[in-house]
Amino acid sequence: MHLTSDDVVVWHYGFVKLNLTILTTWALILILVGGSAFMTRKLSGGIHISRWQSFLEILVTFFLQQFEEVGLRNPARYLPYLATLFLFIAMANLCTVIPGYEPPTGSLSTTAALALSVFIAVPLFGISEQGLGTYLQSYLKPTVIMLPFNIISEFSRTLALAVRLFGNMMSGAMILAILLTIAPLVFPVLMSILGLLTGMVQAYIFTILATVYIAAATRTRDEETV
Amino acid sequence: MLIDWFTLIAQLVNFLILAWLLKRFLYHPIVTALDAREKKIASELQHATVVENEAKQSMSEWRQKNVEFEKQRMLLMQQATKAADDKKAELLIDARKEYDNLRARLEESLHHEQINLQQEIIGRISTEVFSLAKKVLEELADVSLEDCMVKVFCERLRKIEKADIGVMTRSFRQSSHPPIIRSVFSLTQEQREIVNKAVMDVFSIDANILFETDPNLISGLELSMNGHSISWNIKAYLDALQLTAEVSLERDKKENVHDKQPAQNLS
Repeated sequence: MHLTSDDVVVWHYGFVKLNLTILTTWALILILVGGSAFMTRKLSGGIHISRWQSFLEILVTFFLQQFEEVGLRNPARYLPYLATLFLFIAMANLCTVIPGYEPPTGSLSTTAALALSVFIAVPLFGISEQGLGTYLQSYLKPTVIMLPFNIISEFSRTLALAVRLFGNMMSGAMILAILLTIAPLVFPVLMSILGLLTGMVQAYIFTILATVYIAAATRTRDEETV
Repeated sequence: MLIDWFTLIAQLVNFLILAWLLKRFLYHPIVTALDAREKKIASELQHATVVENEAKQSMSEWRQKNVEFEKQRMLLMQQATKAADDKKAELLIDARKEYDNLRARLEESLHHEQINLQQEIIGRISTEVFSLAKKVLEELADVSLEDCMVKVFCERLRKIEKADIGVMTRSFRQSSHPPIIRSVFSLTQEQREIVNKAVMDVFSIDANILFETDPNLISGLELSMNGHSISWNIKAYLDALQLTAEVSLERDKKENVHDKQPAQNLS
């Protein structure tokens, strides 16, 4: 029994290898992009729209409202990054209903990659919004003494993001696998349903936390000007 | 080690590619469509506001025109009513005039008809009376009616008062025309001589008397001398009969008029 899907290597050439995590991720990318391209092929700017367009517009509007409620001043600018985080994690977790499927989010490499993207994106958005000097000064606030703690906070929250998502998804998959070996059929079904709920909640938490971090990094100058 | 660094980098790259692809195929088209629809709705709302304002203005103008039209209609109606009343009064006056004219013509026609009827009746009565009298006298008394008339006329001449005789004599002498004896029948020579003698005796004149026949006399004789005349005929009797008939007809006519009066008032 392997702990993560990283261990299932399909092909490798030295350092380069093609494991199940990457393959599953490509499949998810294909589904998401293909579905999006299919649903947005006949968009209308008029009053009368199709059901697919209505569904997508509700989804996008919901994202924008959530991001704005968290504190982002210009949510449309961060929509591609934050919404993709949610859609990818949610899609990866929802597909656990498929027998034999192993979610890429159950791999610490994947969750660490997502957390690393947040770790990179937060200062990038902060610098683009406030400028390099102003952003770096935010580490010295409220006092210079807080600089090491702020830096530690940056790393620790990134680690927390990666481990939280990995732990929840890996534990869910492990519990399901263990229950399949020792319990009747009812319990794995219930745990699978619970796993779906947990997966959606984790996708929401991951996205909201990333939004909060970006909002905190981009809001400083706004608050000063106000 | 739980983290595979190649997988980590690959997943990071995969995620960035996914974010770019979704931005290209999902977020951008949806946001663009949303913006387009918002603009369209805003444009249509603005257009609707403009149309509403135009409609309100049109309605206001229409109401104002409607009020003016109503005023004009009332004015025209009043003028038409007044014109109709004037025309009605004029037509009524004309109708009354026409009625009066027709009534006068009718009355005149009735009057003429009455006179003609009277003349016809008189003529017939006279004819019948004298033919009957003549026949009775001839058959029962073997006497000629004409002879009797001549005789009676001569007796009447002799009974004329002196003053009247003087007037007629003076009138005759002032004129160059001879005395004229008119009768409804042609007098025989013997009758003419009797009459001639009676005239000469009464008026003491010597003149050639001119004898004429006049059917209008009906019966009897008439002496005419320069506008003055003495007659003995049944004209007086017939005049009395005519007067009686006229009085009777006049009474009938008044009764008819009295009966027709309510109907005229009703019309």
